[in-house]
Amino acid sequence: MSTPTASLPSPTPAPGRSLSAWWQATPLTAVFAVFFLVPLALILMVSFWDFNEYELLPGFTFKNYISIFDGCGNTTEMCVTLKTYLSTFKFCFMVWLITLVIGFAVSYFLAFHIQSQGTQTLLFVLCTIPFWTSNVIRMISWVPLLGRNGLVNQGLVGAGLVDKPIEWLLFSDFSVTLAFVHLYTMFMIVPIFNSMMRIDRSLLEAANDSGASGWQTLWNVIVPLSRTGIIIGSIFVITIVMGDFVTVGVMGGQQIASIGKIIQVQTSYLQFPLAAANAVILLAIVLMIIWALTRLVDIRKEL
Amino acid sequence: MSDVLPEPTNALKATMQRRSLLKGTAGILATGIFPAVHSAEPIVLRYLGTAVNQDKAIAEKFKADTGITIQYVAVTTDDVTKRAVTAPNSFDLIDTEYFSLKKIVPTGNLKGIDVKRIKNADKITTLFTTGMVNGKAVGDQGTAPKKVIFLEGEKSKVFSKTPTQFMSLIPTVYNADTLGIRPDLIKRPITSWAELLNPEFKGKAAILNIPSIGIMDAAMVVEAMGIYKYPDKGNMTKKEIDLTIKTLIEAKKQGQFRALWKDFNESVNLMSSGEVVIQSMWSPAVTAVRTKGIACTFQPLKEGYRAWAAGFGLPATLKGKTLDGAYEFINWFLDGWAGAYLNRQGYYSAVLETAKSKMEAYEWAYWMEGKPATQDIKGPNGDLLAKTGATRDGGSYEARMGGIACWNALMDENNYMVQKWNEFVAA
Repeated sequence: MSTPTASLPSPTPAPGRSLSAWWQATPLTAVFAVFFLVPLALILMVSFWDFNEYELLPGFTFKNYISIFDGCGNTTEMCVTLKTYLSTFKFCFMVWLITLVIGFAVSYFLAFHIQSQGTQTLLFVLCTIPFWTSNVIRMISWVPLLGRNGLVNQGLVGAGLVDKPIEWLLFSDFSVTLAFVHLYTMFMIVPIFNSMMRIDRSLLEAANDSGASGWQTLWNVIVPLSRTGIIIGSIFVITIVMGDFVTVGVMGGQQIASIGKIIQVQTSYLQFPLAAANAVILLAIVLMIIWALTRLVDIRKEL
Repeated sequence: MSDVLPEPTNALKATMQRRSLLKGTAGILATGIFPAVHSAEPIVLRYLGTAVNQDKAIAEKFKADTGITIQYVAVTTDDVTKRAVTAPNSFDLIDTEYFSLKKIVPTGNLKGIDVKRIKNADKITTLFTTGMVNGKAVGDQGTAPKKVIFLEGEKSKVFSKTPTQFMSLIPTVYNADTLGIRPDLIKRPITSWAELLNPEFKGKAAILNIPSIGIMDAAMVVEAMGIYKYPDKGNMTKKEIDLTIKTLIEAKKQGQFRALWKDFNESVNLMSSGEVVIQSMWSPAVTAVRTKGIACTFQPLKEGYRAWAAGFGLPATLKGKTLDGAYEFINWFLDGWAGAYLNRQGYYSAVLETAKSKMEAYEWAYWMEGKPATQDIKGPNGDLLAKTGATRDGGSYEARMGGIACWNALMDENNYMVQKWNEFVAA
């Protein structure tokens, strides 16, 4: 980041292209190939297979893809696949926005308002405490709180604020979003905080000296310099929410569509080729989102 | 070796043999693979099934009686089928539902069970073999056990329509399901499946989210509402599936359902927390709500019950002592102790005669004859289930099992049905 590195001479042409560098990259490449590329290729292959009740029939057919988009040409009512994606995108956007705002605020507070490094570490560890229990338990603990006869409703009715319990607190879009935010804000905080800690404090002083207001400094200095963290956090949150089926299931009372849920139901009925086709489409969409996000920032350069 | 080396002396030969023998044994020990010749080796049966049927007490009692260890492998209903199809060597005994057989048997992964080796085979209740309860035929819509219980031969992949020497599954437990209700919150009699979609319970109803079972409950409701009469609820045409799902979607859009459930515990929580007052439910789940001190009724309905049945099957590759052990377990299971144990949980056992011999007369009268309890009824683990004077929901065995309208099923159009079910969930 700082200037001295730029003025260094570079005696060896293109470091990192030598033979030893390729060797050094081999173990990770092998692991990546065996545990990621090969299974992915298998999924792609199976997505073109046919199947019946109890076996997969190797072959090549577009049947699975066609049946996924069955009825999507209908103009009067949206098909299941589009509806499901729409609902998934909706959660994705809301959760992304909320976790971004909260994550940014928390990181800002930790990075710029806490002066002592010890307190900073302590507060950061505090943020991770919810992660000491399992995802599902953290989720389920909302149920008795938000239910029809739950604590929140008891409190509201008791205080005379409402006449009868509020129904939309649980098994609704609200409860799903709430659980997502609760579960995944941390994934925003960590990278944003990390980016903020790398910001050269003299830049802030310079902004201050030049007479910039607090908001101007925030918007013109801190936000652009935290961009990498924001993008990385966004990638985390978006990929998790796109594929999730547990949170949507538990907090949505099993009646909110999510693409992950459809894949899960299909695998449990041995419809692996259909599930594979769905997974391929989901992967393509998530990759496109990530591609678009990485256009906004060159992560390799920034890291 | 003998070509190159001089002939060793006898003593040396013996030492070498002993050494190599020791080495070999150590090697075997190290790999953990014992050859089958060790006669004292205890038999371990890997028992694949759902957690609901895998009772610790049953395994303990069997071990005490025979010395054979049961190792439970607990997965969900759908996963039992999945493993039977994809990994048939990962278990020695399978406990699955009859409706799954249409998926498993054509793979050839199951071995026909030789009824000649089953001591009580001829005492298995006629509900399974002929579809009768006390000489009266019950509903056989869906995958009724009598349609899939016999195989043409030991290695057959097709079902036999007439009784043969080989059974696909030996029945273990079965029951007839209906709606569970909270009588304290509904405060009026419920007599029909149609009540599940009654707008009176808007936002307070739930249905099972296991498509092949949920669709049957939905079909019971559709018939009860007088919308349509199915020739066979357990094997719908695409049009019938469309109609059934459409009815569900309309109700969902009106906000009828509070939630859908997939898991035993979910249904218990929904009911006991009062989120839901009427839902499709399983008998032991109703019992679980009751043991929390909350009123819950497993409500008999005029249209009848949706029945299910599970049984033991053997993987095709099973042989030798493990196979004998599996037969021993099945024989032991039908011999009464396990049957009585299951009957006391509110299930029914496959051989009633032997179970009766292991139950007290007052227990039998309460559980099987539908008579008021003459003393407090306790579950197998000592929990109080019913006080003196109470009668069992649904009455006697004859009334309950005689009232079967349909069986859990696997339809010919199963793939289409699952797709439409996803539509319902997404609506």
